[in-house]
Amino acid sequence: MPGLSEAFGLALGLVLAGDAALTRIVALSLRVSLTAVLVAAALGLPLGALLAVARFPGRQTVIVALNALMGLPPVVAGLLIYLLLSRSGPLGSWGLLFTPTAMVVAQAVLITPIVAALARQVLESMWEDYAEQLRSLGSSALRAVPTLLWDGRIALLTVLLAGFGRASAEVGAVMIVGGNIEGFTRVMTTAIALETSKGDLPLALALGMVLMAIVLTVNAAAQLLREWAARRLG
Amino acid sequence: MHGLPSPLPLSVQGLGFTAGGVRVLDGVTFALRDGPPCLVVGPNGSGKSTLLRLLHGLLRPTEGAVRWSAPARQAMLFQRPVMLRRSVGDNLAHALSLAGIGRDERPARIAAALDAVGLPHLHDRPARRLSGGEQQRVALARAIALHPAILFLDEPSASLDPAATRAVEEIVAGIAARGTKVVMTTHDLHQARRLAGEVLMLHRGRVAEHAPAAEFFTCPRSPEAQAFLRGDILE
Amino acid sequence: MFRRSLLALLLLAPVAVSAQERPITVSSTTSTEQSGLFGHILPIFTRETGIPVRVVALGTGQALDVGRRGDADVVFVHDRAAEERFVAEGFGTERRHVMFNDFVIIGPAADPAGIAGGRDAPAALRRIADSRAAFVSRGDRSGTHAAELRLWQAAGADPVAGRGQWYREVGQGMGPALNTAAAQNAYILADRGTWLSFRNRQELRVLVEGDERLFNQYGVIPVNPQRHPHVNAAGARRFADWIVSPAGQAAIAAYRINGDQLFFPNADRPEPAPGS
Repeated sequence: MPGLSEAFGLALGLVLAGDAALTRIVALSLRVSLTAVLVAAALGLPLGALLAVARFPGRQTVIVALNALMGLPPVVAGLLIYLLLSRSGPLGSWGLLFTPTAMVVAQAVLITPIVAALARQVLESMWEDYAEQLRSLGSSALRAVPTLLWDGRIALLTVLLAGFGRASAEVGAVMIVGGNIEGFTRVMTTAIALETSKGDLPLALALGMVLMAIVLTVNAAAQLLREWAARRLG
Repeated sequence: MHGLPSPLPLSVQGLGFTAGGVRVLDGVTFALRDGPPCLVVGPNGSGKSTLLRLLHGLLRPTEGAVRWSAPARQAMLFQRPVMLRRSVGDNLAHALSLAGIGRDERPARIAAALDAVGLPHLHDRPARRLSGGEQQRVALARAIALHPAILFLDEPSASLDPAATRAVEEIVAGIAARGTKVVMTTHDLHQARRLAGEVLMLHRGRVAEHAPAAEFFTCPRSPEAQAFLRGDILE
Repeated sequence: MFRRSLLALLLLAPVAVSAQERPITVSSTTSTEQSGLFGHILPIFTRETGIPVRVVALGTGQALDVGRRGDADVVFVHDRAAEERFVAEGFGTERRHVMFNDFVIIGPAADPAGIAGGRDAPAALRRIADSRAAFVSRGDRSGTHAAELRLWQAAGADPVAGRGQWYREVGQGMGPALNTAAAQNAYILADRGTWLSFRNRQELRVLVEGDERLFNQYGVIPVNPQRHPHVNAAGARRFADWIVSPAGQAAIAAYRINGDQLFFPNADRPEPAPGS
């Protein structure tokens, strides 16, 4: 297919030339998605750990809600955040609409449930193994949370990567709340959507390939880290 | 030992435990005094592990009570050792931190405990990468480092090879010799003979016999103990 | 170590805007941005005023909504009736006409409805409806959509009857609608600017052009600071002033694709009546 090979050549050219606009878009994509992952980790990991070790009324409801939120359509999340952050909305005075911060919020809202739900699964099976031993050593369930988080760090890194993958591939929500403003809120996915609407399919594909290369690199690095950790830590 | 009032004797009164409608323990009454190891024996399903967990406080009795003479610093070893995903030294340090032992005091305690199990060279090794026998010895070191007045062991050598079993038995005997009360379950009568100062035999969730080891092995009084020692299948 | 390098990455990431002036947000249409006009004229404006411009490109209806909610400082769109309503409702200070471009009727080279070469847009649409040839509509309340509906009315034809069959409303921007038309070999009304910069044409050609009823007037409206006190009223005012000034008008006239002028500044002439 000539379209594909042309796109591949174009992608390679853009990357090798260190194209300034491309670099800016890639840097913003990474900054937004990584910040969203940090936010999701700060909220989702402790929440997941708490759900894994604590038994309280309504726990099942929270778990079901989290699992349901994992499938929250990005466009719906984007629209809700748009209405919240719009000048006419309740948080309008913060002036966050059409800024990278709004995009971080949108992505964090989308991936925090994913991080929390996956972390709960990982940590709950760990807790089944650890509970007796840790309680024997005098650890309360709450005190076990940091122990589990640290011991599950490699598995949790995979969880965060799943979140990063979803965040960086997301287009609907960031398009709505970021506005795809050139040089300010344009990220790889919204740039791809834009080039597609301009009918510039090779450039769109080229950007898509750069995005895939980044996601692949990040995942490959994580895989190497996991293998190293398995050898090193068991 | 360690200048604290002894938690022993430990008195167990009418202890009962029901789980999922199954009567696991029923009217268990006995007292444990200072002295050589107490081996808890009995056929599979007689309630040995449950009894240990009730004594250690991991389970709450359905009826009856476990009464210590003084607050007991205790530790427990499980059939399958649970090692945290970090170095041997850090595994011990974590236990000491949970026990409220200050940071300054930990290195010396860790070193002494690893010496006691003959594994000082493994201090920096990732605990999960060790063999099953080594892990069980690290688990023993983790218990030793806590300076427990009483140590519960639930079939600690059930999944180990003979050499590792011997190493574990030697360490347990050493711990007992230094004044810690050892309470250990086993389904292996030979192991009980080698280690026991007294034997508590359970059968169907009740105490069948509680006697000094010499007496239990030479002239058991209960028909259950006699049958058990003959090698009959007890149900 | 991982966490530290992650932090470093975040800190080193470029901060987007560093000009002295407070930026303005322009809510505009896909045609102005995707045709490349903004890419040409906005750097000139920023160079002259120091005011960075952020463009949110949407359909005219959505673009006006963004202004209505106070999420932009100035709107720059093409649907005169809707723009005048926007000002009448108090959301904008005043509307000024800036430039026009024209719509063209595009269709497959095979031209099953036989409209090629005509200059009467409503007549062409009538033939498309009569032959039930596939027609892609924006269907998104955009200025182009509004213009298309006016032309159907002038043609005396009701495309809604063909909805779901030959009349296909995609509810998307000009580019995606053109992509759809290209894929389905359908007729479509498009603004000339987007068409000229559109790359995925396949069998599509310009079939009807030059009808005065195809002219498409753009207007600029600063958002009313009395309604939305937080807006950058000064910046918006300077933008509106500049774009109708000789400098702004010259910048618009200078933008060409392959030698073709896309937008025709007309701020210094009386505005033609809509649809005339």
